[in-house]
Amino acid sequence: MLDIAVRHAFAGFTLDTSFRAPPGVTVLFGRSGSGKTTLVNAVAGLLMPDAGRIAVGDWVLLDTERGIRLRPHKRRLGYIFQEGRLFPHLTVRQNLAYGAWFAPKNAPREDEAKVVELLGIGPLLNRRPAALSGGEKQRVAIGRALLAAPHMILADEPLAALDDARKSEVLPYFERLRDEVEIPILYVTHSAAEVARLATTVVTLEEGRVTGQGTAAEVLANPSVTPLGARAAGAVLEATIARHHPDGLTELHAGGTPLFLPALGQPEGSTVRVRIAAHDVILATSEPSDLSALNILPGTVHDIRSGQGPGAIVSLDTPAGRILARVTRRSAKRLGLQSGTPCYAVIKSVALAPQDIGG
Amino acid sequence: MDWLGPEEWRAVALSLQVSFWATLVSLPLGILTAYALARLDFPGKQLLNGIVHLPLILPPVVTGYLLLLGFGTRGPVGGILAEFGIVFAFRWTGAALAAGIMAFPLMVRAIRLSIEAVDPKLEQASSTLGASPAWVFLTVTLPMTLPGIIAGAILAFAKAMGEFGATITFVSNIPGQTRTIPSAIYAFLQVPGGEGSAMKLVTVSVVVAMGALLLSEVISRRVATRIGGA
Repeated sequence: MLDIAVRHAFAGFTLDTSFRAPPGVTVLFGRSGSGKTTLVNAVAGLLMPDAGRIAVGDWVLLDTERGIRLRPHKRRLGYIFQEGRLFPHLTVRQNLAYGAWFAPKNAPREDEAKVVELLGIGPLLNRRPAALSGGEKQRVAIGRALLAAPHMILADEPLAALDDARKSEVLPYFERLRDEVEIPILYVTHSAAEVARLATTVVTLEEGRVTGQGTAAEVLANPSVTPLGARAAGAVLEATIARHHPDGLTELHAGGTPLFLPALGQPEGSTVRVRIAAHDVILATSEPSDLSALNILPGTVHDIRSGQGPGAIVSLDTPAGRILARVTRRSAKRLGLQSGTPCYAVIKSVALAPQDIGG
Repeated sequence: MDWLGPEEWRAVALSLQVSFWATLVSLPLGILTAYALARLDFPGKQLLNGIVHLPLILPPVVTGYLLLLGFGTRGPVGGILAEFGIVFAFRWTGAALAAGIMAFPLMVRAIRLSIEAVDPKLEQASSTLGASPAWVFLTVTLPMTLPGIIAGAILAFAKAMGEFGATITFVSNIPGQTRTIPSAIYAFLQVPGGEGSAMKLVTVSVVVAMGALLLSEVISRRVATRIGGA
């Protein structure tokens, strides 16, 4: 159980956040300047807030009322920074051993060989950070944090500095971390795709305050709390891989409804999370025919939310789960959409990009 | 080597001895001072900075005279140290003290620059991994500063080899005791027919200075390649 309550006043910005989250991956989701990194630095002890309490289970890092303010090196956390911050004068092996060396000898720790295997960094052990690619650096940084026998792992936009190919190289390792290691993770991002794939719990931040909290599916389905508004809105569906077709498509089943998308690597029968961005969904009030799109789901309108500007977000209950569609207010009016209207969601199969799909 | 006479040899050996000890003893203090100036915030920081740099700006004679006043056997510091059998006045130790103080600003500047070049974010990363401030310094700041420390030490050594004004004022020009290469050159030039010996020592000075510079280049380049980019 992660318990955070922090108040700190800067010139022109006040951080005042409070939330509790169950074990697993807690994602702090917000645009830049919302206070995510400041909050993580307060957890790490790199910033001493005016007041607050931070605890991971029984491990109290900060409690200003009781006068507890652990210094950073006493907090026993594993911090994965955006830029890796590997020590350039040490080899990969020495970087990995660095945190372990300072950890108490009796602390429960991960086995080094297991971590090296988990992250696939065996061939890199004798290199120096200068000879690593961006993705390799981040994998080593994950290992270094993990081997410090931490009470919690902090990750501050660990993929933001990587290009798309490197992002999809590193992201699966965070999933393995979540699934195979029992250390809670506090993960900062502004990417809806990362939220969809990783989050056990999502906490949205805006201007230093918590604006919402819930599962990835709940938060991403609610454009009023997603930090990027309608642009980040989308549905997250749980689906099972039913079949890999010979024409390069994979058939998923979500709530008994088939969905087709470009071939996935996972074996048949495995469960994946699929994110369908609201702007990739088209609505129709009668069943469309003669359309190139493969995925057409029947459903009924749950509600319609208009923001500023010409757009509206329509949420739709379908057998596969709740789906969001971003349409203009004009089309919503023309189609006569309102709560309860039966309609069809048209999803272009290519819109289900592989980087938005995870296990 | 018959090329150098016994008197010249004595000057060269003494200069090497004086410079070696001046550099070795001032190095830890130089690293500490450079770290304080680069990374710490404390009252009197500008004053410390000024005092460290003073020998660079003051006429060396003034520095030498102030040393004589302070560290002479009857001076406030020299008097106390003399009680413990540590004497600087008119000894090679005094020459080392003068050379060390004159070279100190150069050493501190070189080390300070390289400490400032260490990304504080790496030091933060080290502390989040459990390193106390002392360990952060020993395992991250110090090794990454190594090229600057080597450069600073060699620069200080070369400067100490050439120190003249403060040395001759503080500890005079006693053959075998305080007659370093520059003092010896000066002495040779005062007597008729001494130009030959002076020229030989001038050659030694140039060779040592050039050698020191080349060595520092080679070493810091090698260390820098090893450390590489982040």
